[in-house]
Amino acid sequence: MIEFKLPALGSDMEEGKLLEWKAKPGDKVKRGDVVAVVDTSKAAVEVEIWEEGTMHEWIVQPGETVPIGAVLALLLAPGENPETAVRPEIAPVRPAAAPAPVAAPAAAAPAPGARRRISPAARKHAEDLGVNLDAVEGTGPGGAVTVEDIERAAKAAPPRRSAPPLLGEEGKAVQPTLDRAAEMRRAIALAMSRSKREIPHYYLSETISLARAAAWLEAENARRPMTGRLLMAVLTLKAVALACKACPDMNGHFRDGRFAPSAAVHAGVAISLRQGGLIAPGIHDVQAKSLSELMRNLADLVKRARAGSLRSSEMSDPTITVTNLGEGGVESVFGVIYPPQVAIVGFGTIARRPWVEDGEVRIAPAVVASLSADHRASDGHRGALFLAEIARLLQQPEKL
Amino acid sequence: MDALELRKTVVEELMRIAPELEEGELAGSRPLREQVDLDSMDWLNFLVALHERLKVEIPEADYAKLVRLDDIVAYLKSKQA
Repeated sequence: MIEFKLPALGSDMEEGKLLEWKAKPGDKVKRGDVVAVVDTSKAAVEVEIWEEGTMHEWIVQPGETVPIGAVLALLLAPGENPETAVRPEIAPVRPAAAPAPVAAPAAAAPAPGARRRISPAARKHAEDLGVNLDAVEGTGPGGAVTVEDIERAAKAAPPRRSAPPLLGEEGKAVQPTLDRAAEMRRAIALAMSRSKREIPHYYLSETISLARAAAWLEAENARRPMTGRLLMAVLTLKAVALACKACPDMNGHFRDGRFAPSAAVHAGVAISLRQGGLIAPGIHDVQAKSLSELMRNLADLVKRARAGSLRSSEMSDPTITVTNLGEGGVESVFGVIYPPQVAIVGFGTIARRPWVEDGEVRIAPAVVASLSADHRASDGHRGALFLAEIARLLQQPEKL
Repeated sequence: MDALELRKTVVEELMRIAPELEEGELAGSRPLREQVDLDSMDWLNFLVALHERLKVEIPEADYAKLVRLDDIVAYLKSKQA
C-alpha cells in the first residue's frame, strides 16, 4: 500500500489542517493529481500526489490538524488487491495543537566538530516523523542513531513545534485560529529565525544597466497584444535562472550538512499579500521556459497566491528565491535566505541613473541586483560571478 | 459611456485589484499610485481589465499620461470618442 503523507509545504510550516479530500475511496489517481486541500498558516494548499494508485482509506478526516509527515491516507498501488494488500502499521496521530515548550537548541546540539553516525534510513525516518535528530540519543554501534532510536524519540516527544504559544496580556494564550495574520507572522518569524540561526549569509550587490533590456521590452510590448505584454520582472527572473546554470552552487538545497545542487531551476517568487505577510511559491523549470510562458506563470501565481490557492509542489520545492521589493520603491533589497535554499536574489527599483559606457556619460535605467548566499555552499567569489552573469544576460534580452 | 460611468468602471476594476481600497478614500486629483499600493503586475492587470471591459487599446507609451484617476478617466473618454 502507498502511504500518502502530509508534505512540508515550505520551511515555515510545521503542521497542516486537512480541509478537504479531492479523491474518495475507490478513485484512481495519477502523478500530479490534487488529492487533498490542506490549510497552512499561509494559504489553502492543494496537495498533489506523486504516485499512481487507487484511494483506499482516509486516515485523517477534514478538520483535523496533523504534523508534517503524518499519514493522511492509504492508497492501493496499481495491481494491489484490497483483500490481500498488507496494511501498514500507522502510529496514532497525536493532536498537533498542544504546543510544546521550546527546547534550547544550544543544549541539544552536538559538540562542534563531532560527526554523528546516522544511517540514511534513520535520517529519512526522522525527516518523515518530524524528529529533531540533534535531540536523539544513539544506541547503535559507536553511538550511531538507528531507526528504532528515531521511533522511540517520536513516541516520547510531542510533535516538534518550535514556536512558543502566542501570549496576550496577563500571559493568557491568545486563540490563534482567530487571527490568520498573527499566524502568518509567526510562520514567517519561524522560518526567518531558522535562516538567520543556521545560515551564514554573505551579501553582494551590483548595479546593472537595463538600457538594452528596457529598449527591447518596449519594442516587444508595442508589437504584442495587451494581454500578452511582458514585465521586466520576467526578464530578470529568466536571467537569474540562466545564471544558475553557470553557477550551480546558488541553486538547490542544503540538507544534512551537504549542498545538493539542482539541475532544474524552480524559482520561488516573493509575493507580498495585500492583507499583510509574504509567501514565496515557485515557478517550475524557469530555465527552460519562454518569456511568454513565464509571464503567464507569474501572473497566475500572483493571482492564486493572493486568493490563497496554491499547489503543494509550488510551496515545497523552490531551489532559489527572487524578490522584487524594488517595486515598492527601495533602491536595493538584501533578502533572508529561505531554508533549505542557499540563495536569494533581490532587485531594487528601476531608476534612471547616470551611466558611463564607452567613455561617455548617458542616462540609463538601472537596477541594483543583490545576492544573499549561503557561505556553506559557496564563496563570495562565486557569488560575484553569479551576479556578473545575471548582468551579462540582461545585456542580451533577445536571447532570454 | 459618460465620464461618471467611466469613473465608476475604473474604480470598480481598481477595487478588484486592491480590495482593501475604499472608494471614498480615492482623490481623483492625486497620483493614483501614491494612494493605492500597485506593483507593475497589478498595474498591468488593471489596464488589461479596462481594455477587456471597454475595448480600448492602451499602449505602454501612454502610461506616462495615466497618473491620476482623473487622467485615466479623461484618457479613456478620448479613446472612446
